[in-house]
Amino acid sequence: MRKSKHIIAVVILIIISTIVLDALFLFMFQRPAQASTQATIIDNFTNIHFAVQAFLFSLIMVLVLYSVVVFRRKPGEEEEYGAHVEGNTALEITWTILPVIAVVIFGVYAIFILNEILAPQPDEIVVEVNARQWSWSFSYPELDNKVSDELVLLVNQPVLLEMQTEDVIHNFWVTEFRVKQDLLPGSVEVLRFTPTEVGDYRVRCAEICGLQHSTMLAPVRVVDQATWDAFQTEMLAQPNIADMTQEERGAFWAQEFGCQGCHSVDGSPGAGPTWLGVYGSEETLTDGSTITVDDAYLKESIFDPNKVIVEGFNPNIMPANFADRFAEKEAEVMQSEGLEISIADDLIEYIKTLQEDTNAN
Amino acid sequence: MKTLKYWLISGYTKGLIGMAIFYVIGYYLIKATVPGDMVDLAVFVGAIFSVIGFLLFAGALTDWLKWIVGKRPPLKHGPPENRPEWTRYLNVDVNHKVIGIQYGITGLFVFLVGGLFALTFRLELAQPGMQFLTYQGYNTLFSAHGIVMIVSILLGVGAMSNYLVPLMVGASDMPFPRLNAFSYWISIPPIVLVLAAMVVGGWDTGWVGYPTLSLRGAIGTQLFLLGFYLFGFSSIASSINIIATVAFMRAPGMSLFRMPIFVWGALSAALIQLTATQTVGISLLLSVMERSFGMTFFDPAAGGQPILYQHLFWFYSHPVVYVFVLPGLGVISELLPVFARKPLFGYKWIALSSLGIALVGFLVWAHHMFVSGMADSLRIPFMVTTLFVAIPTGVKFFSWVATLWEGKISFETPMLFVLGAISVFLIGGITGPILGTIPSDMPLHDSYWIVGHFHATMFGGFVFPYFAAIYYWYPKVTGRMYNEKLGKLHFWLMVPGFWVMSFGQMSAGIAGMRRRIADYDPALGVTGTQILITIAAFVIAWSVMIFVYNLIASARRAPMTNPNPWRSRSPEWQTASPVPELNYDETFEVVGDPYDYGKGTPAYVNMHPAAAPGD
Repeated sequence: MRKSKHIIAVVILIIISTIVLDALFLFMFQRPAQASTQATIIDNFTNIHFAVQAFLFSLIMVLVLYSVVVFRRKPGEEEEYGAHVEGNTALEITWTILPVIAVVIFGVYAIFILNEILAPQPDEIVVEVNARQWSWSFSYPELDNKVSDELVLLVNQPVLLEMQTEDVIHNFWVTEFRVKQDLLPGSVEVLRFTPTEVGDYRVRCAEICGLQHSTMLAPVRVVDQATWDAFQTEMLAQPNIADMTQEERGAFWAQEFGCQGCHSVDGSPGAGPTWLGVYGSEETLTDGSTITVDDAYLKESIFDPNKVIVEGFNPNIMPANFADRFAEKEAEVMQSEGLEISIADDLIEYIKTLQEDTNAN
Repeated sequence: MKTLKYWLISGYTKGLIGMAIFYVIGYYLIKATVPGDMVDLAVFVGAIFSVIGFLLFAGALTDWLKWIVGKRPPLKHGPPENRPEWTRYLNVDVNHKVIGIQYGITGLFVFLVGGLFALTFRLELAQPGMQFLTYQGYNTLFSAHGIVMIVSILLGVGAMSNYLVPLMVGASDMPFPRLNAFSYWISIPPIVLVLAAMVVGGWDTGWVGYPTLSLRGAIGTQLFLLGFYLFGFSSIASSINIIATVAFMRAPGMSLFRMPIFVWGALSAALIQLTATQTVGISLLLSVMERSFGMTFFDPAAGGQPILYQHLFWFYSHPVVYVFVLPGLGVISELLPVFARKPLFGYKWIALSSLGIALVGFLVWAHHMFVSGMADSLRIPFMVTTLFVAIPTGVKFFSWVATLWEGKISFETPMLFVLGAISVFLIGGITGPILGTIPSDMPLHDSYWIVGHFHATMFGGFVFPYFAAIYYWYPKVTGRMYNEKLGKLHFWLMVPGFWVMSFGQMSAGIAGMRRRIADYDPALGVTGTQILITIAAFVIAWSVMIFVYNLIASARRAPMTNPNPWRSRSPEWQTASPVPELNYDETFEVVGDPYDYGKGTPAYVNMHPAAAPGD
């Protein structure tokens, strides 16, 4: 029978095509290394998706291409028609019901996988993640709330990130860990994973967050126990605010408030002017006038950043709320250390030290 | 010289002059009266004024204004007096076919502009490091590419629906011709506003405009939000006409299940446009208010909720995807039987699956927010509803395949584009479920996988079918046949180009390439893929240039002798080409099924029911 011949041919082609395509997908869609428990689970689940994709693509395309080749109009058939079939209700019901069943099974399976990924672990270490345009910082509640601009994690130690953003929506994504979570202004978002491979990675912001979104990266290090212990000691040995000089405090605040996201300290370009050599220099403003950078100018630029803009830069990029945020922090320091400081003055003292060739002998 | 003169006195020129004048009036009205630095408010009022100025000067409000003072100007149908006929395309005209062509040409122009943006930043992305664009330039270009392409697709949908729906259901025009002209003309000033946003500092929020980023951005952001908001008026007004035409203007005997299948797609799309556009409008308007008046809706620092915006935004912006694709899928279903010389398999199932997709499309919006910080109790139901989109879509695919099976298929350019559309929409379709289940979405969300997925969906669901439709109905519109060789060349460049681009994007995404980044880390190892995507994008661009050339050059060919080159049963092919002013000399009667292709089957329509009564 001709009809059954077509069907056998199509079935064989679909099987071959599915196998070939699945292999092709695995080749085309190569993922970064797996470096977390979650990555393994997600990748295995994704592999099922690839197989389903390969099958569905083959199913339709084999039927289409087979029809294109076998049922094409041959010379002399210009006036002829195809088979007069208007539909088949049984067939329509079949290809409605079968996908419904498949979808429900798949959906339920996905829920189980999701729960596995999100399940809290008994001995999680908490790291607080702070993001702002366009930098990250990481604070360790278990290490006396010390702050680092790289994320250091102990291998095989489950971690719970408590993430906050100071301005707009950001997204925490380390490709090797697979999982991803938005940071929403006004709330604390959490993300759980367990790093499983010692190595150097990068966290990249995955939600458009303005001008320098593409550069919003921070190093992530997954380390063994010995390195972890050394890191802990090193963090704890960081001087307290009370023990720092004013310049050291300035450098500390620059990190804490993410200044270097826009203002480099080595002369490289950014969204704002570099701090290297800025103190005492003469700058041209957007209105054409020139100004010498002194304490008063710097202070004004910190607290009212849109008042004057240096030529070549844009207004409305730097947040205008540093007066409030500094005051809050200063009160905090007053309470914990009994120390009266001015963060703006600290920063200005720090900026003064950033001169080219200052230490050249 | 004459041509230039007609352009200079056209509705477009007058409208733009009116727009400029009214913008300045609105802007300085605020500047002069409201104390303080209220640039956002001034731009807001200026933009609203500018749209009114455009419509007034272009003449889209003339008849309605006359109504207000008690006059009843008659509806003027037909070519303009004392001017060449082609100038009616430059001015306010109430004929649905003229408006359809206006939509089509504007849409194509905007499509080329959006494509140019894409080529520019694709060139930048071909190599890691910033070559010739600044961050600001890049961010503005990709944001503009998104919204400009969406506008161009909506204009394309307007073109097909306006031109074809009345023709297919046997109406002489739409029930509200002035409103129809208004829907088209109000789509122009928003495009101007969005393009203006690019030159006054640009914006960097993407087309989604999420707060709190959108609340902080430069003034370009405000213009973008307003342009996007105002464009919604066009969608809503236009959908009313489509729905009313289908509901009330069908020819005798044309029951719902005897309508040409494209009409089902256009109707489903119009229903979504009418019911969902308001929510995106409100989300954009609230952002504008927050910027202009300091009202707080989304900024948590003052008690707002940023995720509220995302819910409102996607409640429209997911269903709108089906506004793009349902008419396109309608074109596929419409053309397949003609070129397979076979009845459409499972007409009712295909028709109802369009409504099914439209309905399910309203229940899945939060899958755009799987990593936004929603509770699992919300994420999981949305995951399941999302997967259910596969079912009505699957019905369409299976029915198309069954229509091809045992046909006598021929491969003219429109059919090639239909087959290309099936393959590309299938790529878009199969790469969807992986994003629909939360665990596998986590690594892919906001990566280039999404970029590949939705470009495949948009190209397969709209762009390819739209090209098929333009080739297919070109002889209908112009009375002349397009150049078949160039049409095939267009196809054979565009399909492989698109396949490479699409799979390239997905491959880069799964390797870790983020969306919307001006620059990428060479350590990801995607540089080779990026070069490939850029080359593919240029191949697509060249193929589209061939298409545009074909459209222009073929208009000069000799008129066709065969009024029905595709041997279609559909009523629009039983009348003259180009179509007469009021479509049909007399109302036809539907006496058979639309796709009953076969030897000796009864005709679909009786064009002269009066001549043979009771036959």
